[in-house]
Amino acid sequence: MRTSRTTLARRAVAASASAVIALGALAACGSEGDGEDEDTQNAEDFSFECPEREDGERAPDEAANEEQPFIFGTPGVPTSLDPVLASDGETFRVTRQVFDTLLDHDCTDMVPGLAESYEQNDEGTEWTFHLREGVTFHDGVELDGEAVCANFDRWNNFTGGYQSPSNTYYWSNFFRGFAESDPEMGVEGESIYDGCEADGLTATIRISEYTANFPGAFSMATTAIVSPGSLEQLTDDDMDAPDSPLPEYSQEAGVLAGTGPYKYVEWDHSENAVTLERYDDYWGDPAGVKTIIFRQIGDGNALRQALEAGDIHGYDLVSPADVQPLIDAGFQVPTRGVFNILYLSYNQVSGTLGDHAIREALSYAVDRERIVNSVLPPGGSVATQFMPPSLEGWSEDVVQYEHDPERATELLADAGAEDLELEFCYPTDVSRPYMPNPKDIFDIIAQNLEDAGVTVEATPITWVDYIDATNQGECELYLLGWTGDFNEAYNFLGTWFQTETTEWGFDNPEIFDGLAEAASEPDADVRAEHWIELNEMIMEELPGLPISSSPPSIAFAPEVYPPDVSPLTQEDFSELYFAAAE
Amino acid sequence: MLRYTVKRLLQLVVALLGLSLLLFAWFKSLPGGPENRMLPDNATDQQREALREALGLDEPVWTQYGEFLGRAVRLDFGNSLSSGRPISTELADRLPATIELSLWAIAIAIGVGIPLGYLAARKRGTWLDFTAVSGSLIGICTPVFFLAAMLKVVFSQNLGWLPTAFRLTPGTDYTDVTGLRVLDGLITGEFDVAWNAAMHLILPAIALASIPLAVITRITRASVLEVLGEDYVRTADAKGLKAQTIRGRHVMKNAMLPVVTVIGLLLGSLFAGAVLTESVFSFGGVGSFVYAATTERDYPALMGFILVIAVSYVALNLIVDLSYGFLDPRVRVRS
Repeated sequence: MRTSRTTLARRAVAASASAVIALGALAACGSEGDGEDEDTQNAEDFSFECPEREDGERAPDEAANEEQPFIFGTPGVPTSLDPVLASDGETFRVTRQVFDTLLDHDCTDMVPGLAESYEQNDEGTEWTFHLREGVTFHDGVELDGEAVCANFDRWNNFTGGYQSPSNTYYWSNFFRGFAESDPEMGVEGESIYDGCEADGLTATIRISEYTANFPGAFSMATTAIVSPGSLEQLTDDDMDAPDSPLPEYSQEAGVLAGTGPYKYVEWDHSENAVTLERYDDYWGDPAGVKTIIFRQIGDGNALRQALEAGDIHGYDLVSPADVQPLIDAGFQVPTRGVFNILYLSYNQVSGTLGDHAIREALSYAVDRERIVNSVLPPGGSVATQFMPPSLEGWSEDVVQYEHDPERATELLADAGAEDLELEFCYPTDVSRPYMPNPKDIFDIIAQNLEDAGVTVEATPITWVDYIDATNQGECELYLLGWTGDFNEAYNFLGTWFQTETTEWGFDNPEIFDGLAEAASEPDADVRAEHWIELNEMIMEELPGLPISSSPPSIAFAPEVYPPDVSPLTQEDFSELYFAAAE
Repeated sequence: MLRYTVKRLLQLVVALLGLSLLLFAWFKSLPGGPENRMLPDNATDQQREALREALGLDEPVWTQYGEFLGRAVRLDFGNSLSSGRPISTELADRLPATIELSLWAIAIAIGVGIPLGYLAARKRGTWLDFTAVSGSLIGICTPVFFLAAMLKVVFSQNLGWLPTAFRLTPGTDYTDVTGLRVLDGLITGEFDVAWNAAMHLILPAIALASIPLAVITRITRASVLEVLGEDYVRTADAKGLKAQTIRGRHVMKNAMLPVVTVIGLLLGSLFAGAVLTESVFSFGGVGSFVYAATTERDYPALMGFILVIAVSYVALNLIVDLSYGFLDPRVRVRS
């Protein structure tokens, strides 16, 4: 065991180099890695990581940075200023600027956050964090081990409505429950959190049973460290039911203080705007722009128009069709690395797709190359398995299903399924980071299947109903995906393949048991071996066809020097600034 | 008068009960539930089921409706499932935006529509009449969201004269008094805020005003034409009254009766138009919230908002009905 790297890897490092460092950092979490070990895999394997930044540094416009607020258009509003009570990206985008987590991500690598380094024991049940020195919260309180423990203890002791997964989904996902889990809130499990011990700048967190959510959970926006000064003002007894109103402190600036580059100034609910201001005593590089405003704008079209008219300076989830026009008009659309998966599920509940040969045939029929090239944003790639290639445990040797319509027809004929009819569902009113335009993707796949002789029954469903329908196995074919929370294969595979579900409708104990074994393996290197094996097994079973990993696009005004873009959509807004005219 | 008002208010209660029952039945018959939006995509079926139970969504519909009514009579509409805030707070935050936008739109519609309709009637058969009539036809036919989007493309994006979105430029400091930004700016003396807010209101207000404007113009024209042909106008003219007196006391006052009725009805359609206009201009009022609540199956929010809008609609119509008495003694209600 040894500590992980102590400096933040910057994107300026070439992609290949950062890949090597990534391996080093991950190996360091294992029991015998020496940190700079680069012979595990060669760097070429990671060429699809974070695209290297091509624009040079620009001179800042000092006056604008002090006086002009940077306005970022968002498709939704945050739910809470306290990240532990949220599970949505719009909230985390804001809270990440105000709070820091123990661990952080640079590109897709897990890197130090508030903890300069950390150690784990062999069983993965004891996590010791060595905190940075001289970090202060926005209220002047100094960061120490006690502060970290106070936060974890607080979360574990949540009661009543605070326990409902509609409020603290991620906590119960990582720690299974609370000190006193309340079945009425839908939390039955026993907490695996086993206490926290502070000693100066060291905090040791114990868990009673290792799961592969660790150490990733320590990088999650929901486990960001809040000032003990803020915690003292909280009673945490306002919510007694899952639909109780969120506590007032989480809806207005004032109580919450973090250690991040920005502090809360105001949440104007009638304007749907959250205003942040630079924290001058931030432990890292001070933020470029003094004031940042996150302002909600209804839809993608309105966001683009507002950017073009200069009403906002940037927005996320740019529609793929808008990317090139925006670039042509002088706007900046830096390409993110990929960290998500879009897949076509072959649901076996109805029985038809229980035949492996048919699933194989469908897989050969689909032209994934065309989907990636014609309807997804730039920077995407065809997926060969149920996780993006930047994760440890990605396998080079999975069964590949290259586009081969003839083979598809043959296989269908051999299986006696020449007149196959399938119900194919897609969501109608939604754009997901991994699936910006479901209908376009559906159209291509449906056409491919028809060409192979399959009769496709198109079933459009609105998004709220879609989750239910697909979960309950009502669709034989459907499109869905997942964006990773942190760099850990379990965060992807564990999302789908823990046990038999109506979502997939297949029963393969080998996969389920293998996944359970991998998920409880504390050694990152050994775990990666398991994942490789599992990925190969899963692609052999073929519960669905992974289609693509594609980065959601983010756009900025010409006068802005954008932050490094993040595959996990965890941009650090303190890096951006208004650039002087050249 | 009092008895009439009380009777109308009682009718309001019956109407609201019926409406709430209809809405409730309708929401419950829709597939999919709010638990899907309250949990992340990868939540397990058990978690969804547990949340449904905790929210009482597995209870019989009648029990749920009873509980809803019990709270609603105490003006407690519960909490928004998507934002986690009380509906009353959401209302207080958002209603002023919609009211301000609607007031501007109706002001434009009345301020332009009545004079225009009157002139068109007076100058019947001229180019002015022709323009007003065909213009109003276009106004009625143009969908609000299309007009809003076109106005935005031309005046905000291409010409750059007016902002594309928001009620105020983000980051503007303002003092909240009534929630109506222009009025607040004038009251507090923050004239830059009033100006800023007015600039943001012009396009959405014009878009929202288009249909009411067209309707008011046409009704006014038709109504004035009718009154101009009445015997009492000819009599007034014959007994030598000044043209001004005839127009003010005899023509306009009598011609206004159907116009007022229509304005009352139009106010209701304004709220519907506001949903679209507010979405296009990210205006942040009730409209865009209702839209979001619909897509997210946020039942409590929808019920609360629709009932509040229904109450205001009925109340507005009551005011309109009562104003008939002022305009026309024949329909003056006696107690």
